Amino acid sequence: MATAKTTSGPGGSIAGAARDAILAGVVALGIFGPLVGLKTEQNMQNELVITTRWGLVAIIVGIVIAGRFLLTTTIWPAMTRNKLRDKPPATAGEVAFRARLARWFAPTGLVFLFIYPALMVYFLGFQGSLKWVDNFGIQILIYVMLGWGLNIVVGLAGLLDLGYVAFYAVGAYSYALLATHFGLSFWLLLPMAGILAAMWGIMLGFPVLRLRGDYLAIVTLAFGEIIRLVLINFRELTNGSAGISSIPKITFFGIYSFDVSAPNNFAKVWGLAMSSAYYKIFLYYLILLLALLTAFVTLRLRKLPVGRAWEALREDEIACRSLGINTTNTKLTAFALGAMFGGFAGSFFAARQGFVSPESFTFMESAVIVAIVVLGGMGSMIGVALAAVAMIGGTELLRELDFLKAVFGEGFDPDQFRMLIFGLAMVLVMIWKPRGFVSAREPTVFLTERKSISSSLVKEGHG
Amino acid sequence: MEIFLQQLINGITLGSIYGLIAIGYTMVFGIIGMVNFAHGDVFMVSAFIAMIFFLLFTTVLGVSSVIMALIAVMIIAMVLTGLLNWAIERVAYRPLRGSFRLAPLISAIGMSIVLSNFIQVAQGPRNKPLPPVLSGTITLMERNNFAATISYKQILIWVVTAVLLAGFWYVVQKTPLGRAQRACEQDRKMAALLGVNVDRTISLTFVMGAALAAVAGTLYLTYYGVVNFSDGFTPGVKAFTAAVLGGIGSLPGAVLGGLLIGLIETFWSGYFSIDYKDVAAFSILAIVLIFMPQGLLGRPEVEKV
Amino acid sequence: MSSVLSSEQTPRPWTADPVLTVEHVQMRFGGLVAVNDLSFEVGRGDITALIGPNGAGKTTVFNCITGFYKPTQGMLLLKHAAGDTFLLERMPDFRISAKAKVARTFQNIRLFSGMTLLENLLVAQHNRLMLASGMTILGVLGMPSYKRAEKESIETAKFWLDKTGLTARADDPAGDLPYGAQRRLEIARAMCTGPELLCLDEPAAGLNPRESAELNTLLLDIRQMGKTSILLIEHDMSVVMEISDHVVVLEYGVKISDGTPSEVRNDPRVIAAYLGVDDEEVEKVEEQLDELTEGATP
Repeated sequence: MATAKTTSGPGGSIAGAARDAILAGVVALGIFGPLVGLKTEQNMQNELVITTRWGLVAIIVGIVIAGRFLLTTTIWPAMTRNKLRDKPPATAGEVAFRARLARWFAPTGLVFLFIYPALMVYFLGFQGSLKWVDNFGIQILIYVMLGWGLNIVVGLAGLLDLGYVAFYAVGAYSYALLATHFGLSFWLLLPMAGILAAMWGIMLGFPVLRLRGDYLAIVTLAFGEIIRLVLINFRELTNGSAGISSIPKITFFGIYSFDVSAPNNFAKVWGLAMSSAYYKIFLYYLILLLALLTAFVTLRLRKLPVGRAWEALREDEIACRSLGINTTNTKLTAFALGAMFGGFAGSFFAARQGFVSPESFTFMESAVIVAIVVLGGMGSMIGVALAAVAMIGGTELLRELDFLKAVFGEGFDPDQFRMLIFGLAMVLVMIWKPRGFVSAREPTVFLTERKSISSSLVKEGHG
Repeated sequence: MEIFLQQLINGITLGSIYGLIAIGYTMVFGIIGMVNFAHGDVFMVSAFIAMIFFLLFTTVLGVSSVIMALIAVMIIAMVLTGLLNWAIERVAYRPLRGSFRLAPLISAIGMSIVLSNFIQVAQGPRNKPLPPVLSGTITLMERNNFAATISYKQILIWVVTAVLLAGFWYVVQKTPLGRAQRACEQDRKMAALLGVNVDRTISLTFVMGAALAAVAGTLYLTYYGVVNFSDGFTPGVKAFTAAVLGGIGSLPGAVLGGLLIGLIETFWSGYFSIDYKDVAAFSILAIVLIFMPQGLLGRPEVEKV
Repeated sequence: MSSVLSSEQTPRPWTADPVLTVEHVQMRFGGLVAVNDLSFEVGRGDITALIGPNGAGKTTVFNCITGFYKPTQGMLLLKHAAGDTFLLERMPDFRISAKAKVARTFQNIRLFSGMTLLENLLVAQHNRLMLASGMTILGVLGMPSYKRAEKESIETAKFWLDKTGLTARADDPAGDLPYGAQRRLEIARAMCTGPELLCLDEPAAGLNPRESAELNTLLLDIRQMGKTSILLIEHDMSVVMEISDHVVVLEYGVKISDGTPSEVRNDPRVIAAYLGVDDEEVEKVEEQLDELTEGATP
């Protein structure tokens, strides 16, 4: 991409761009030719045979050539022109508008989140709302909560934790095991799962937090993998890869149950038609409140000495030590708190699914959560929430692409492109906005005027 | 003794593959300070390229000599994987160079998802088994019905790894390209001021890393005879572990780390429990890093106040 | 030797009640001895300057005092005005700042560049605020006691912003400040920890003459307040000679001179170290000086 600017930048000749595009085509042919053009399939004798798809390769290469040509001749020059042109300074009206937008965005979003299930039920009925409340609402909110929890560690304290899913797993298995074996209630186990996850956070954090930079990242990744592997192999306790099923549902604070057979079933008590929608809506509000608790605590902490110390740690650890801050303890609190929220989310996840297995806690899961934090803009609560909506909601929406079957024929399965598009989106968003959606930092305290801090000054930490 | 010998042979074989992949991690980290998470999937793609061309040569073109076919396949895989990694660097990493430190990492994670899912879509989710090749073995020791053997495949893997590492070592130590790489590692800006083409050097680093991963991919395919679109992650993480264990940024460290991880894994499976072999590898990584953060052969990081 | 002898004839007030006593400190990195058998005192309420050519080991001494390095040998004794004593070589770095009340600045400025000036100064009061927030718990619950403590901290921050002339920029990020202002902010931040001893690593480096003069005023001001003693590394001789009460000179990790600014200025070994004279010539100059002094004092 950078070469385009140097070899055939804005004024570059059409011939140059054409040569460039042909070159891109050759590269594409080299890569996609064998991998797409020669499809290996097993025949009846279980032997691999090759079928060719040269037409498809020609289409892909054609798209690459055309795309590259367009980029070098039209899109990049236009982008460069835009950049070079002096932007007129924002008028007072624009500034006021932006300030209003910033002020109103969070409350409006909050109101929307609270009426969302009602809207869905109103428009789609109880059964129709199921998918939108469960697959979209609950699923996204779980990731918002995980993103906010990890944001404490990565976004505020600047410690790159690639094994966050371990704490999510600790929370999920704590609830699953204690609820199935001892029949304890969710409301007792929720705080317990959080505390257990926090304790694991401290236990794992203590030896590794003096590591710097990418070493911390790789050790946390290793711990995440170790916990998953132990869950797979410690069959006596965890039932291995088969996982734990029939995990009890959450009760409505012990007053109503959502079990169909229970005498105090919510629908029965109120004489409503049986539907799983009540439980889903209840779960929606529960995870919404849990996520908001995470947000509330984080926002409070940011304005407290410990939160400022986290951010200072992200900016310059040595300076922190010279000011008498116990950096180990400060890091540990960030790690433990992040782990605790991960644990809460985990126990909610186990209760919602009714089933947990190590499959749900792979490295990919950690990577997605880290991606949400970075895409959102490190440290920004709204940014993280937006990133979770875009990434998780977006991929869930991709499940709705069945109409494409009409275009590409019945054999076409849009679902398999879901993760491919997810990955591409991650790459593209990073190139488009390397500092994430909301990159400016809001100061925690001010003397006369609150001014946002440009992301170019904010450091990303070296952990 | 037989078990020991057998595990030693298996461990060195596995370790050679890890070492070859680890070099790609360590070189990229050394030169641009980035953890190239997609490298494991690049390795997986190379194994697919090797599988496709091996099939093409043996079944379609009717090449009868397995050795000739393997050599040709390896060279093709090296070239095409190099091309792939070159393109990845161009598209996904270069625009992010010099920006926010985590951005290339996330981009690489995205690329890793793209690669494995692309292969799943293009080649299907099922395992791709090859007919067995080079299936002979040599018995080294035998007692109580247990024989320590070394297979032709293992000999092939050792020889290829040794030859390629020697050639690679020569390139890095003795050629202008290697000098440019080491200069960029020390100070990219200064190297550019002295006339080193930094972009090209970085591109070539990615190409070299991918070529070695392609060797590993071909050997992996020959050794196990099967490949799947999800095979990138675990060897990738283990190779990265190897790179960190050996001291990230150090080339001999990557090879040493790879061998150690391979040996730990096989000995653990041989003497203790096969279930926990990965736990053992990761635990040792964590322990080494906690007590020796610079790895075995890495330069200690000096905290400059 | 003669230089030491000659300086011993004058009174050495900093030995009476030193805030910091450095005794026989050695710092070795592998085979390299960066500081060897170094002893000196920092007088309470004084401005003490540590000078020497590049690579003399000055910053190493600072790093030993502030705990970033642990000296291979020797003792660093810090004594508060209230009488508490601390052996710095036995304390981890953050405790040296938190308990022994030694604050420092860095040669290559280390500010929290993405935080505002005010935030920088509040981070410096971390430990006090942490206690006030009941180790965070009371703070999360929004207790008024914490609010009060925070208000006091903001007042302290304001005081130092005023002193350093940065009040107008209190809500700007530290990274946006010009170089000279960043140096001043770093001093303000160190002062916000309420130190007994303030260690400044080349505070005048890169300052223009006007800024340098302002720095002198600031440091004299701090001394006048009486609570904080200052130890500084400096190359700018105008700063050293104008404001310091006591100068210690290092060369190759060894102390070569120790006295008042005027004594040090006239010490032939210091002149030699700075101008690069052979050892033989130093001896010659010393002999001449000895003759002169003998001739002058019958």
